Amino acid sequence: MDLGLNEAQQMLKTTAQDFLSAECPDTYVREMEEDERGYTPELWTKIAEQGWLGLIIPEQYGGVELEFQDLVVLLEEMGRYMLPGPFFSTVVLGGMSIMDAGSDEQKQEYLPRIAEGQIIMTLALTEPSARWDAAGVELTAKPNGDSYSLNGTKLFVQNAHVSDYMVVAARTGSSVEDISLFVVPTQSDGINQTLLKTIASDRQSEVVFNDVEVPSSALLGEENKGWETIRKVMQWGAIGKCAEMSGGGQQVLDMTVDYAKQRTQFGRPIGSFQAIQHHCANMATDVEGSKFITYQAAWRLSEGLPADREVAMAKAWVSDAYRRVCALGHQSHGAIGFTKEHNMQLYSRRAKASEIMFGDTDFHLENVANIIGL
Amino acid sequence: MDFKFESIDEDFRSEIKDFVEKELPWNWKEQDLDPEDEKDSVLVRKFKRKLGDQGWLTMAWPKEYGGQAASHMRQVVFNEEMAYRGISAGDAGIRMVGPILMLYGTDEQKEQFLPKIASAEINWSQGYSEPDSGSDLASLQTRAVEDGDDFVVSGSKIWNSAHADSDWMFMLVRTEPDAPKHRGISFVLTELEGQEGVTIEKIPMMWDAYRGLVTFDNVRVPKKNLVGEQNRGWYVGAALLDFERSGVDRPARAKRVLEDLVEFCKENKKNGRLLADDPVIRNELAELAVQVETTRLMCYNVAWMQSQDLIPNKEASITKVYGTETVNRLYGLGVKIMGLYGQLDPDSKWAPLRGRIENAWLRSFGGMVAAGTSEIQRNVIAQRGLELPRG
Repeated sequence: MDLGLNEAQQMLKTTAQDFLSAECPDTYVREMEEDERGYTPELWTKIAEQGWLGLIIPEQYGGVELEFQDLVVLLEEMGRYMLPGPFFSTVVLGGMSIMDAGSDEQKQEYLPRIAEGQIIMTLALTEPSARWDAAGVELTAKPNGDSYSLNGTKLFVQNAHVSDYMVVAARTGSSVEDISLFVVPTQSDGINQTLLKTIASDRQSEVVFNDVEVPSSALLGEENKGWETIRKVMQWGAIGKCAEMSGGGQQVLDMTVDYAKQRTQFGRPIGSFQAIQHHCANMATDVEGSKFITYQAAWRLSEGLPADREVAMAKAWVSDAYRRVCALGHQSHGAIGFTKEHNMQLYSRRAKASEIMFGDTDFHLENVANIIGL
Repeated sequence: MDFKFESIDEDFRSEIKDFVEKELPWNWKEQDLDPEDEKDSVLVRKFKRKLGDQGWLTMAWPKEYGGQAASHMRQVVFNEEMAYRGISAGDAGIRMVGPILMLYGTDEQKEQFLPKIASAEINWSQGYSEPDSGSDLASLQTRAVEDGDDFVVSGSKIWNSAHADSDWMFMLVRTEPDAPKHRGISFVLTELEGQEGVTIEKIPMMWDAYRGLVTFDNVRVPKKNLVGEQNRGWYVGAALLDFERSGVDRPARAKRVLEDLVEFCKENKKNGRLLADDPVIRNELAELAVQVETTRLMCYNVAWMQSQDLIPNKEASITKVYGTETVNRLYGLGVKIMGLYGQLDPDSKWAPLRGRIENAWLRSFGGMVAAGTSEIQRNVIAQRGLELPRG
């Protein structure tokens, strides 16, 4: 057993902290909330130079070939520094879909360009029904000679507005899981996008497909087998979010403890009051729990062990824990914490968005209920 | 990151399972033994002797004292398997008195006590809390006055197991009333059996058990039973002992309760529907399963830190608060799930699972108070862990 980070992970963590504190200060995060693109190509290039975009991509496709648990260490720090932009959607959603289901040609085509920062990707999965199960996929792909024609609407597609390609989940048969994946250039004819305005000021879009023609070479993996990949991507996505939340929670705790030491009322630091101390102790408990339940699932996913139970437990726990941490952070900060100028609200808005992404607590608790035999 | 036990420890887990399930003299699935309860303590002691014969009780002890110097993670395996089966194997003698004697005891004390602790021949009672000294333990008032070769002890000790087949008490007594409160305390061992001036009363608890209240009226304790230096007893009692102390028994016990409740929900109906099909119950029970899992990982972390020679400080307190509060919620949910049946006492007609859940829920409040209340633990997390200023 080894519940800590290994040497390489510790180094990755330190490097990430140094890099992000210099390149992604809160001023940048605020600027990007208002920015049209939501990120800057300059920072994207620097991130590519760090090797992070290809962190888990195999060496033969131009990556560093580390493991998912290493990516989790990085995502933790990205959550702590609230890195805006399409890293998650490119690496976890697009990149890992291709790594899982792509043919060698497809991997050759996309993975090296992801690793080098040349393309931005995303996953178009959810639709107006806002479901995370296979039944929620209604967008159709109809074979038409040696191409497919896609029709339907995807909703809550992350960073579609800047993506070069989308991995699109489409219905290709009548059984619930008859779903296929296609790599679709975002600029294809018949695609119309509308940006949404979101609680976390991230970029999500409605993407309407109107007779969008894609060649059969765009099919990722076998026809009607796409849901197997989506199931895995959902797990990687859920644990990736858990890592971001865990890092964010640590930062909210640190900020709150610092504030409680400085802020004076009734002639003494508020951190000397037991009420505030107990808020902080409860936050520390939630942060501690978040870390280990996330790591356990990340480790199992890395090792290729069955992880349904651990992933469901992690997403259920961390979603709630991060919300509690932010709530106590706000309560301890008082009114200043809700102001736009304070970082506290940056975290609590992201916490809510992460809580509902890749299945909320109830979704995952229902999975847990099944797994424990209910 | 690596969340698996060494295969040698997993083999050990199987060995324990086989032994325990063969040797357990009672139907362990229907019991929840309380070593501080009179009836149970006799059974517990019997079984502990068997574990002692296997050399397992003292596996954490160094080899020079007859132990196995077992790794922290191996101790976790042992403690998990015992707790899951309702056996409280880590008694105060093995976990506290023994290791304290190894650190501070005289050769004579080691010789006198260690073998008997190892073979579970002595049942120890803890003499810390007093009627007027709970969370503020260092304010304790039980006096020990020097008189020739003895201390003469007067005062009272509460919330202990002296009434339940106890032979000796390890206790904190005040030997220097004028010193600052932490510096006038000594750590002594007092024989209870047949001791003149010792009165043991039983305090009935809201669950089906008692706790002891011991009154000392000029009780003579030989000075050779002083452990460590006189007036340094506070530090003797607070010594960081190097056995696995993650509290992993809590999630292990809770795991069994969860399994029992899942079975119950699959076999019983409410309003014509199986409980297992009720979406609210599914959600609530799954949530507790997640909390128990998180507790387990927090405990693993404490033991793992110990194995790395790191000192779990706020981590140990976090585990204690979260573990005891989770167990309390779990039992409370269990009582609720059972509906009207949930209120039935262990010895009542119609009691489901022999009333174990109801009784354990009542008892679980003790967990949040004993050995540092949840509030004291949160103070520790905040002040020592997060370095917030003292009030």
